[in-house]
Amino acid sequence: MKQFLSFVKKELYHILRDKRTLFILLGLPVTQILIFGFALTNEVKNAKIAVLDHSKDASSISLTTQIEASRYFDIVRDLHSQGDIDKAFKEGVIKMVMVLPQNFGQDLQHFNKAQVQVIADASDPNVATTLTNYATAIIMDYQDRITQERKLPYAINTELRMLYNPQLKGAYTFVPGVMALVLMLVCTMMTAITIVREKESGTMEIMLVSPMRPIMIIAAKAVPYLLLSMVNIASILLLSIFVLDVPLRGSLALLVFGSILFTLTCLSLGLLISSATNSQQTAMFISLVGLFLPTMMLSGFMFPIENMPLPLQIVSNAVPAKWFYKIVSSVMIKGLGIKAIWKETLILTGMMLLLLTLAIKKFKIRLA
Amino acid sequence: MRTLIFLLQKEFRQIFRDPEIIRIILIVPIIQLLILPWAADYEVKRIELAVVDNDRSDYSCQLVSKITSSGYFKLVDFGSSHAGAMELMEQDKVDIILEIPGRFAKDLVKEDEASLMLNVNAVNGVKANLGSAYLRSIIQDFNREVRLRWIQFPRFSPELQIEVPSSNWFNPHLNYKFFMVPGILVILVTMVGAFLSALNIVKEKEIGTIEQINVTPIHKYHFMLGKLIPFWILGLFVLGIGLTLAYFIYGIVPAGSFLTIFVFAALYLLAVLGLGLLVSTYTTTQQQAMLLAFFLMMIFILLGGLFTSTDSMPVWAQFIVKINPVAYFIEVMRMVILKGSSLYDIRYHMLVMLAFAIVLNSWAVLSYRKRA
Repeated sequence: MKQFLSFVKKELYHILRDKRTLFILLGLPVTQILIFGFALTNEVKNAKIAVLDHSKDASSISLTTQIEASRYFDIVRDLHSQGDIDKAFKEGVIKMVMVLPQNFGQDLQHFNKAQVQVIADASDPNVATTLTNYATAIIMDYQDRITQERKLPYAINTELRMLYNPQLKGAYTFVPGVMALVLMLVCTMMTAITIVREKESGTMEIMLVSPMRPIMIIAAKAVPYLLLSMVNIASILLLSIFVLDVPLRGSLALLVFGSILFTLTCLSLGLLISSATNSQQTAMFISLVGLFLPTMMLSGFMFPIENMPLPLQIVSNAVPAKWFYKIVSSVMIKGLGIKAIWKETLILTGMMLLLLTLAIKKFKIRLA
Repeated sequence: MRTLIFLLQKEFRQIFRDPEIIRIILIVPIIQLLILPWAADYEVKRIELAVVDNDRSDYSCQLVSKITSSGYFKLVDFGSSHAGAMELMEQDKVDIILEIPGRFAKDLVKEDEASLMLNVNAVNGVKANLGSAYLRSIIQDFNREVRLRWIQFPRFSPELQIEVPSSNWFNPHLNYKFFMVPGILVILVTMVGAFLSALNIVKEKEIGTIEQINVTPIHKYHFMLGKLIPFWILGLFVLGIGLTLAYFIYGIVPAGSFLTIFVFAALYLLAVLGLGLLVSTYTTTQQQAMLLAFFLMMIFILLGGLFTSTDSMPVWAQFIVKINPVAYFIEVMRMVILKGSSLYDIRYHMLVMLAFAIVLNSWAVLSYRKRA
C-alpha cells in the first residue's frame, strides 16, 4: 500500500509540474461551459436579411418597419431588382430576402388579399426554416393588427405547461452534455498519453522491473486523473448552478457516483488505447480526433438520437457518453432517483468492466 | 533552394516511416465523414405523445385521430391515468402528454369553450417548443373544423388575408447533409493540419533531434518551410479525398468550381499550419502542444458556425468569430458548394485568410529560437 501511494505521488508530481498542461486541463471545462452557455444557441437572433420592395407604399413600408423592429431580423440591404437577390446570397451577406410585390398596399385595400414572398438561403436548413417561420409569424401579426380581433364561438383553449425547464433554456440540455464531453476527453486522452509516454521514453521498462504488480502501476496512473476529474466536475457544477442558473434537483451523491462511474469508464478506454498504440501522436490523435466529434454528435445532446437512421441509433448505444448524459439529465434536471437510472448505471458498469478487462489483457508486461 | 529540397526529403521520409500515423490520418476522417452527417438532423419529427382521455366522447376521439394522422406524432400511450403518463415521461419515453378533461365535449357544445391540457417535457427546449407548436396548430385546425360544422360562414371571407409563399434557395429539399458535410470536412482537414504541425517541431524538441538541426547553417524560415510544405500537401490531399467521398456517398457536387475550393483551402491551410507551428514553438512537450492545439481548435470549432448560426451569438463571441479562421472556411465551403460562389464573391474571405497566414507564419518564424 505504501508503495502504491508513492507511485500515485510520482504521477501527481508529473501532473503538477507541467503547469501549462494543468492550466488547460482545468481551464477546458470552464471555457466550454461559458461558450455553450452564452454563445451557442439554436435560437436565431439578429439574422441579416434584405428587402426587395417593388411597391414602396405606406403598407409595405410599415410592414418592413415591423420586421426590422423584431429582434430576429436585421435589415442590412435594400435590393432593387430580382437579379440582386442571387448576388446578395452568393456573397453570403444575407440569410433571407423578403419580396413585396408591386401594388402591395392597393391589393390589401381593394381585394383584401396580398402576397409577400419570403426567400430563404437554405444552405443552412435549420436557420432557413426558423427564419421563414418567424417572418410568417410577424406578417400574420401585422395582418391581425389590421383586422380587429373578434371573438369566435366554440373555442378550444390549450393550457400549456413546460415541465422541468419552463423557460426553455438551452443550458438544461448542454450542461449534462458538456460534462460528458469534458470528462471523456480529459480522462481518456490523459491516461492514454501518460502510459504511451513512458513507453516512448523508455521509463516504462524501469517501472515494470519494480516489485509493483503491473496492474497496480496502471491503477496508480489512473488515480490522479480521477482526482483531477472530480475537480473538473466540481467546477462545471458550480458554474452551471451559479452562473447559468441550472438547478440541481436530484441528489448530489447520486450525481457524483454517476460521474465517478463514467470517469472510470473513460480511464479504462484510455488504458485500452494506450496498450494498442506505441506513439504519443497516435494515442492523442485517436483519443481527440476520434472521440471529439462522435461524443458530441452521438450522445444525444446536440442532435436528437431518434432522428438518426437505425444503424446509427444502434451505434450510439456504444458511446458511453450517451448513457452518462441520460444519468446527469435525469438526476440534475428532472430530479429523479436511482430507480429511474439503474439501467443506464448497469450499462456503464458493464462497459467499464469490458474495457478494463480488454485493456489489462492487452497490456504487455514485456516490451519489445 | 537546395537546402529546402533536402529538408523536404527528410520530412517526407519521417512521415512515411510511421505507417501507423498515416493510416490514422486517413482512416479516422474518412470514417467520421461516412458516419457523422447522418446524425446531424435537428428536424423535430416523430414526437412521442401520450394521451390521457378522461372524456372518451366523439369529439375527443376525432381529435386524437386527427393528431395521430398528421405524421408528426407517435402515440405511445393512450389511457386515463395522469400518473401513468407522467411515469413514462420521467423515463423519457414520452415528450408530450395531452390531457382531455372529462367534460370536454359537453363544455365545447354548451359553454362555447373547452380546454385541453398539454404537459411538455422541456428538458430539450427546442424540441419542446416546436412539438407543442405543431400540436397546437393541429388543435386549432380541429377547432376550425368543429366551428364550420356549427356555423355557416359567408361565401367570400371579409377577413383580410396576406399570403406568405416561401421558397428555399440552394437547398430546396432542406437536406441537412448538404449543410453538414462541407462543415465536417472543414473540421477534419483542420484537425489533421493543426494537430500534426503542432506536434511536429515539439517532437523534435522532445527527442532532442532539434539540437542537430540547430547546429547546422539551415535558416529558420527554411526549417519552417520544410515543416510546413509536407503537411500543406497532406491537408489538400485529405480535402480531395473528402470531396470525392462527399460526391460518391452523399451526391454532393459543388455548385461552384473545385478550383475556388482548393485556392481558398490552400490559403486556409497555410494559416492553420502557421497556427500549429506557433503552438509548437511555444510548447516543450507533445502533450502540451496537443492540449493547447486542441483547446484552440475546440473554441474555433464551436464558435465556427458548424452547428449553430454565428449571427445569433453575443458581441464578444462575434469578435472571436471575426478572428476565427475555421469560421471563414466553413462559410466559404458552404458558399461555394451550395451556392456556387466564385473567387470574386469570396474575395473578402481570401484577403482575411491571407492576412492570417502571413501574421501567423511570420510570428512562428520569429518566435522560433535556434538556441535551446
